[in-house]
Amino acid sequence: MNYLEISFWHVACAALLILINGGISFALSLKLEKTLLIASVRTVVQLLLVGLVLEWVFRFDRWYVVVLLGCVMTLIAGITAATRGKRRYSGIWLNCIVSIWASAWLVTAFALLVVFEGTEKWYQPQYAIPLLGMVLGNILNGITLGLNSFTEALVTRRDYVESMLSAGATRWEAAREPIRDAMTTGMTPIINAMMIVGLVSLPGMMTGQLVSGMDPLQAVKYQIVIMFLIASATALGTVGVVVLTFLKLFNKDHQFLSGNIVSR
Amino acid sequence: MSLKAHNLGVAFGGTWVFRGVSLTIEPGQRIALVGPSGSGKSLLLKSLALLHPFDEGRVDWFGEKVGGNRVPAFRSEVMYVPQRAPEVDGLVEEFLKVPFSFAANAAKSYDRELTLSNLKTLGRNDDFLAKPQRELSGGERQIAALIRAVLLNPKVLLLDEPTSAMDGDTASQAEQLITDWCAEDSSRSTVWVTHDIDQAARVSRTQFQMNDLSTGASQ
Repeated sequence: MNYLEISFWHVACAALLILINGGISFALSLKLEKTLLIASVRTVVQLLLVGLVLEWVFRFDRWYVVVLLGCVMTLIAGITAATRGKRRYSGIWLNCIVSIWASAWLVTAFALLVVFEGTEKWYQPQYAIPLLGMVLGNILNGITLGLNSFTEALVTRRDYVESMLSAGATRWEAAREPIRDAMTTGMTPIINAMMIVGLVSLPGMMTGQLVSGMDPLQAVKYQIVIMFLIASATALGTVGVVVLTFLKLFNKDHQFLSGNIVSR
Repeated sequence: MSLKAHNLGVAFGGTWVFRGVSLTIEPGQRIALVGPSGSGKSLLLKSLALLHPFDEGRVDWFGEKVGGNRVPAFRSEVMYVPQRAPEVDGLVEEFLKVPFSFAANAAKSYDRELTLSNLKTLGRNDDFLAKPQRELSGGERQIAALIRAVLLNPKVLLLDEPTSAMDGDTASQAEQLITDWCAEDSSRSTVWVTHDIDQAARVSRTQFQMNDLSTGASQ
C-alpha cells in the first residue's frame, strides 16, 4: 500500500481552515470564537494522544492491553450515554454501561472471531480497536436517542400510561407504544445511513482505506461488514437500554414509578 | 367484604400525604370522598387500585393481598378512572376498544349497543364515536373515559372527580349513568372523589372527609 506521508506542516495548513469558522462567528457576532478554539485544541490534542497510545498498543501487541483499552473506551461511551439525555433516573449509569458493554463486545467479538477469522491473533489490535470504536460510537448514538425518546414519552404521556394501567393493562401492554417509538428512534439514524451509504458520501473508514491505497472493491467489502456490525450493535444496545430502563420504572406490581424520572 | 384498605400511608420526601387510612368498601356501597385540594384524595384512590406504591399498610381484595401478575386483573375489577383522560391518536371508538385487547380483560368484550345507550344517557349520539379522540374537549374526554370504565364492567369504580370538566347538564347525566349502573347490580360499588358537597350527597350514601380518614398526616 502506498500513501502520501503528511507532515505537521501540512496539518497546520488544514488547521488554518478553522479561521473561516472564526471569521463567520466574528462577522455575525455568534460569540463562538472561544468554543471554536477549545474544540480545535481538543481535536488536535485528543487525536494526537490517541495516535501515541495506538502506536504503543500496536507495537506492544498484547491481548490484555487491547482488552484494557477496549474497557476504557466502553466505559467512556457508557458514561457519555448516561449523562447526555435530558432526564435521568437512579440506575441510569449502570443500565447504560451494561447495555453498551454487552452489545458492543458481543458484536465486536463476532466480527473478530467469525468475519475477520483470518487475522493472525484473535485480538489483532489493528482490527479490534477501530472496530470496537466504530461500534461504540454508533451504539452511543442509538442509545442516547432511544433513551431520550423513551423517558420523554413516559413523562409527557404519563396520563396515557396510567390510563392503560388503570384499565387492566400489564406494564408491558401499558408501555408498548413508548417502547416501540424509542426503538424506532434509536435505529432510524443507522437505517438512514444504510439507505444512502455511498450515494451521498463515502464513509470515513472507507475513505481512509481508499486514501491509503486499498483496492476499492476490498474497501467496499469492509464497509459493508461495518454497516451490518453497526446496525446490529445499535439494535442490541437500544433494546438493552430501553428494557433495562423499563424494568427500573415499572415494578413487578405493574406500577409506573413516574417519580423516579427527574430532569437535569 | 370486598376491598379493604388497612392503615394505608403514602409519603413524599419524608412527609406523609396521608397516613393510617383504613377503609372498607363493601359490595353495593356508594362512598364519596371529599377534602381540600392536595389532601391526597387522588393518591388514595390510586393506592386503592394499586397504581401507586404505598409506604405503609395493605390493600386486600376478598381477604387477600394482591401483588405481581394478579394486579392487572385486580385493576380490571377495581377500576380507577383518572381525572385527566389522556389525549391519544385515533377515533373515540378505538379509544373505547383498546382495553379489551389486554390479557386481563380477555373475558370481556366490547358492546357497541351498550356504548350507544350509555352515550345517549350522556346526551351524545353515535357521531361521538367517530370523532378523533384528540379533538375532544376536556369534558368530552371525561365522557369517553367514564363510558370506557363502565363498559369494562368492574366491581368497584374509583372515580376521581369524573365530572370536573363537564358542563352542569352533562355532569348530572353522568351522575345518573353511574347511579343506574349501580342499580343494575347490587354488588357494584363506587368511590367518588369530588369537591362539590351537593354532588357528594347525590352520588353517595356514605361520605368521608379525607382529613378525618387520615389520622397521622400531620404528625
